[in-house]
Amino acid sequence: MLAVEGVSKRFGGLMAVDSATLSLQPGGIIGLIGPNGAGKTTLFSMISGFIAPTDGRIRFEGTDITAEEPHRRAERGIGRTFQIVQPFAGLTVCENIAVGAYLRHAKRADAIAKAREVARRVGLGAELDRPAGGLTVAGRKRLELARALATEPKLLLLDEVLAGLNPSEIRDIIPVIRGIRDEGVTILMIEHVMQAVMNLCERVYVLAQGRMIAEGPPAVVCADTRVIEAYLGHGAAARLKAEGAAHG
Amino acid sequence: MTARDLIPIAVLTILAALLPLVVTSSPVLNFLVFMLIVALGAQGWNILGGFGGQFSFGHAAFFGTGAYATAILQLHYGVNAWAGLVLATVAGGVVGWVIGFLSFRSGLRGSYFALVTLAFAEVFRILANAASFTGGAAGLLIKLDVRAANLQFDDRAVFYWLVLAFVAAVLLLTRWIQRSRFGAQLVAVRENEDAAKALGVDSLKVKLRAIALSGAVTALSGCLYAQYFLYIDANIAYGSWISVELLLAPIIGGVGTVFGPVVGALTLHGLGEIAKQFAGRIPGIDLIVFGGVLVLAVAFARGGILGLLERLRDRGRGMVTRGPKEVSHAGR
Ligand SMILES: Nc1ncnc2c1ncn2[C@@H]1O[C@H](COP(=O)(O)OP(=O)(O)OP(=O)(O)O)[C@@H](O)[C@H]1O
Ligand SMILES: [Mg+2]
Repeated sequence: MLAVEGVSKRFGGLMAVDSATLSLQPGGIIGLIGPNGAGKTTLFSMISGFIAPTDGRIRFEGTDITAEEPHRRAERGIGRTFQIVQPFAGLTVCENIAVGAYLRHAKRADAIAKAREVARRVGLGAELDRPAGGLTVAGRKRLELARALATEPKLLLLDEVLAGLNPSEIRDIIPVIRGIRDEGVTILMIEHVMQAVMNLCERVYVLAQGRMIAEGPPAVVCADTRVIEAYLGHGAAARLKAEGAAHG
Repeated sequence: MTARDLIPIAVLTILAALLPLVVTSSPVLNFLVFMLIVALGAQGWNILGGFGGQFSFGHAAFFGTGAYATAILQLHYGVNAWAGLVLATVAGGVVGWVIGFLSFRSGLRGSYFALVTLAFAEVFRILANAASFTGGAAGLLIKLDVRAANLQFDDRAVFYWLVLAFVAAVLLLTRWIQRSRFGAQLVAVRENEDAAKALGVDSLKVKLRAIALSGAVTALSGCLYAQYFLYIDANIAYGSWISVELLLAPIIGGVGTVFGPVVGALTLHGLGEIAKQFAGRIPGIDLIVFGGVLVLAVAFARGGILGLLERLRDRGRGMVTRGPKEVSHAGR
């Protein structure tokens, strides 16, 4: 359903994303991992239309959307969350989510009903009338998820929705993400919490210094020499192996 | 919209409509009409500035367009005053859309947008002051011919009711905006434009609609001004005094609220008038009062008078004060 074909983004002298290619079939949860500054968020911004690629094409359900405005892509069914949360701070939780719900429900009553339903699903049911600016970190992350979900996306891009949450909060939200997948929404998630990646993703892509260096089931990818070196530095894989041998 | 949305508007309108039955003095009615005209223009500002978060420093551009449009149409083209009123309102909407298109499409926001609107108003003022069909520096006099068909009335109270009807209509319009998808999207753009776009909001379209509506309402107020005083010149119609008034009233009353602009206009002009009564010999005393009220509002009542009342009410109920609302205002 989504095809990212040789997409690049240059910021001045820096190649933030360097001819990255990625392809998603409908359904399932796919991970996008990589060290800090690898270009993951930049790639998301290009898929959702906030940053124009320097090079390459992006197709969604067969249509070339490379030059489309973000709101058009949302209409097509691409939803996203922001790594740095962007709540409508002066509005209540319900009003925040309703903005997303209005995309498919023109009537206020319908949009509010949808917003309440989504809020309950992500565990914000008790906070509906609170100002979004007063939520905890975990609450804001849930709100990001809820707003994107309220647009009833076909493809959901989650940018580190688990970052900053404690283990019990992560345990609470993982079933929610699974539930969204089970409804047929395709999920592409950037995540640093490896336990969650192992748990949730059928397949992961690894981005390092703007390049897509590996792709496959999480367990296989994590054992990949190039991936280990991307995270831990050159020669790390060999060192780990040697240490493993010494201890074994 | 529910009955709860409509009743306060209906009650206040009826009470205000009864006023001329009690007050019959001409100066007081003059004052009330003028105050309502400012309130109407400020309601226009509030649609764009209050709900959309796009602060204009040059709403005189619309006020003056409404005033000149009706005057020129009547004087040079023999158009009926009522038709002139409709066309002037439309002209304000068109000018709003064009200014919006030029500035929003190039991504102007915040202080840059404010400065561009200011520049438009100044350019219009200079042009109106120089061109011959606007009467140049001498201005334009609408011919005195007191007939209802000419939108001129014997009794000041009739004009008062007319302006009040428009104010009430825009109160309803604003309430509808607050309860509609358009309004939710407009407020979302104000709070965080990127987040709004990610949720499918066409922010350019939403802002253009807002500035067109805003321009139309403010032009209507300018048209009513011209029709009531039957005289305009560039410094009145396009002068910065009106830009400032239209901006101050909502800020004092409560930005982005339905009643804020009306409350603000009433407070400002009420206090200004009282000051004139007590210290009329000091020139510009009403302006000093405006400044003082603004300082007080900014220092103690970020959400304006209505925001302050709401906080007092919440406190009275023993609830937490709505801190985050202040944050959102400070962030703009
Ligand atoms: N708007 C920008 N202008 C210039 N450089 C940018 C911009 N956005 C990102 N970068 C740079 O591009 C690189 C990739 O950034 P990006 O945010 O995509 O990384 P990331 O993989 O999401 O990292 P993290 O895991 O820390 O979120 C970084 O070096 C970053 O500093
Ligand atoms: Mg990132």
